[in-house]
Amino acid sequence: MPNTVIKAENLGKKYTIGHQMEGRSYFALRDVLMQNAKTLWNKTKDLATGKPIIQGDTMEEVWALEDVNFEIHRGEAVGIIGRNGAGKSTLLKVLSRITEPTTGRVTIQGRVASLLEVGTGFHAELSGRENIYLNGTILGMTRAEIKKKFDEIVAFAEVEKYLDTPVKRYSSGMYVRLAFAVAAHLEPEILVVDEVLAVGDAAFQKKCLGKMSTVAREGRTVLFVSHNMAAILALCPRVLLITEGHIKRDGTSQDVVQDYSGEYETLTSRVPLGERRDRRGNGSIKMVGIRFGTKENPESGFWVTGKNALVQLSYQCLPDQRYRNIEIAIGVRKQDQTRLLYLGTKVVKQDLDFVYGLGSSICQIKRLPLEPGRYSIITEIKQNGIIVDFVQAAATIDVMEGDYYGTGVIWPYGGFLCDYSWSHYTGDSNAADR
Amino acid sequence: MNDLSSQNAQEPLLIIEPGRTEKNYWGDLWRYRELFLVLAWRDIAVRYKQTIIGILWAIIRPFLTMVVFTVIFGRIAKLPSDGNAPYALMVFAAMLPWSLFSNALSESSNSLINSASLIGKIYFPRLIIPAATQVTAFIDFLISFFILIGLMIYYQFTPGWQILWLPLFIILALLASLGPGLWITALNVKYRDFRYIIPFVIQFGLYISPVGFSSKVVPEQWRMLYSLNPMVGVIDGFRWCILGVNSPIYVPGFMISLAITLLFLWLGVSRFRKMEKTFADLI
Repeated sequence: MPNTVIKAENLGKKYTIGHQMEGRSYFALRDVLMQNAKTLWNKTKDLATGKPIIQGDTMEEVWALEDVNFEIHRGEAVGIIGRNGAGKSTLLKVLSRITEPTTGRVTIQGRVASLLEVGTGFHAELSGRENIYLNGTILGMTRAEIKKKFDEIVAFAEVEKYLDTPVKRYSSGMYVRLAFAVAAHLEPEILVVDEVLAVGDAAFQKKCLGKMSTVAREGRTVLFVSHNMAAILALCPRVLLITEGHIKRDGTSQDVVQDYSGEYETLTSRVPLGERRDRRGNGSIKMVGIRFGTKENPESGFWVTGKNALVQLSYQCLPDQRYRNIEIAIGVRKQDQTRLLYLGTKVVKQDLDFVYGLGSSICQIKRLPLEPGRYSIITEIKQNGIIVDFVQAAATIDVMEGDYYGTGVIWPYGGFLCDYSWSHYTGDSNAADR
Repeated sequence: MNDLSSQNAQEPLLIIEPGRTEKNYWGDLWRYRELFLVLAWRDIAVRYKQTIIGILWAIIRPFLTMVVFTVIFGRIAKLPSDGNAPYALMVFAAMLPWSLFSNALSESSNSLINSASLIGKIYFPRLIIPAATQVTAFIDFLISFFILIGLMIYYQFTPGWQILWLPLFIILALLASLGPGLWITALNVKYRDFRYIIPFVIQFGLYISPVGFSSKVVPEQWRMLYSLNPMVGVIDGFRWCILGVNSPIYVPGFMISLAITLLFLWLGVSRFRKMEKTFADLI
């Protein structure tokens, strides 16, 4: 009989957030002084009564988690999925005791190690060797444990040569490898992992996934949050889907992931991009619309394999503001969120110098190399490298059948198309050596 | 499914609930002692990286302050020293605990904010962070202690048996900074105003504490009131240990300083524990 290692009952977490009042474009000096005096008075009152000070003019209570119940058994690998802001990270934070729940309780049996970020506590000035000890201790290993596994960690990270170099001189790949290597050698009964595979190159991601499935096979319990549905499907037989702070589905990974993709579709067709609430960023520029088309028919709403494809993103800046150094990126993913294409202004050196008011940008993909099917689009605007607006699954796009090679033969058998050619040699005695 | 109740002894049963004050708080702190040492070691290792004279900073700063104070209070203002002790030695006997206290206080009061990323991502008893900064201050103290030895050799001054009591007063100086430090670092998480207040308080404190002058220049009727400053007791204690019979300790005043120190320590720890749970949400 499987025994329960984590049991959550009526778990809830409430945050109070403040909103800045918008709308007025200028103030008289007197108004500003009055306003400042008023907020100062309110803050002093809060300070005296011990209430937390909330920045902003109006307050709103948000339940990041509400009435969450689940049980997890020993040796299970459970995936947690949900949109940005659904409450996944809050749940992990409560489980790893970083923040306290507002209601309910969790009972946990066994040692929990949580990995919400790779390289927590890494210090740039310290060497790789020193950081292994520092990070290992922070993650809860004892000195003796680290010593025992030191060589293994170094081998996994592939940084033998740079052990005594300060990590600030590391490439970002080396840094991530070292950080994950330390975490991968934790041996707790329960491992809680947030989206950490989003970093590193494909080969390394594969290595990490392999390591995590080993952990799960060894009979330890793994809780794994990810947006990468392929990774979830590969690693976790069971999945919890969180929507707006509630557990919406709890079942086998196939069922739940399918459900989740379905939910994305209804969401993107129902709610206009400008009104989506599952977005990240400071909001100074907001994406308000996205349209798809082909060169021949810019309003078509779909793409065709092999035809020039267009995507137009429109955005609205805050009134009377100009923003410099704007970077726009559109990602095309499979419906299980496997990444396929990245169309960013930065990599092609076509960033925008400045934007104001309402704007729109059009990206053209020459001879669309995607197979027919349904794809998910993510969109992002950055300023000086900082995200100002980000929407996962901003839209779904259907790609229609088309003649990529102009041969009249349509044969959808791969995921991608590209230009290629064959050479053939036959009846020649040297054919095998060419 | 009542397996939870039949837990085996090796795997601790952890219950997370709102407002649950952990019974084994101090035990938990002990369990995380390695983290405490590692954080302290990190602070020390990083402290003087990318500086040219490195650790010499720990010697130069108190030494120069000592020279200035000796000239201003001893030569220009012509304040009396304690007994036959050289003025510079008397000033330095106070500079030592003062810089220990002020370093520990300013480092610990900023410590939580500086470790914001750690607090948001990992659980551990938060008390470790401000406590670890005390070690850094203590190491600086040990280094500047060599100046004292140098001064003693220069003035050919031999300390008495009282010097054996010095560790006690070192601990007292650290406790005097830990109490307010804990309180302020916790407040700092919510209200960043306090990070601006501390440098000011330290600058101010240097003049209202008997660092540049002997506490015997304070008129008799004010001495009790003066002892409300916890550093008065600590500094008098240091002077007694180092200068011996030249600087007898004023016992009632010392008791008041001690009581104030303990009061602040209790206040600091209890405030800190009360706010600890919300750090990750506010930082």
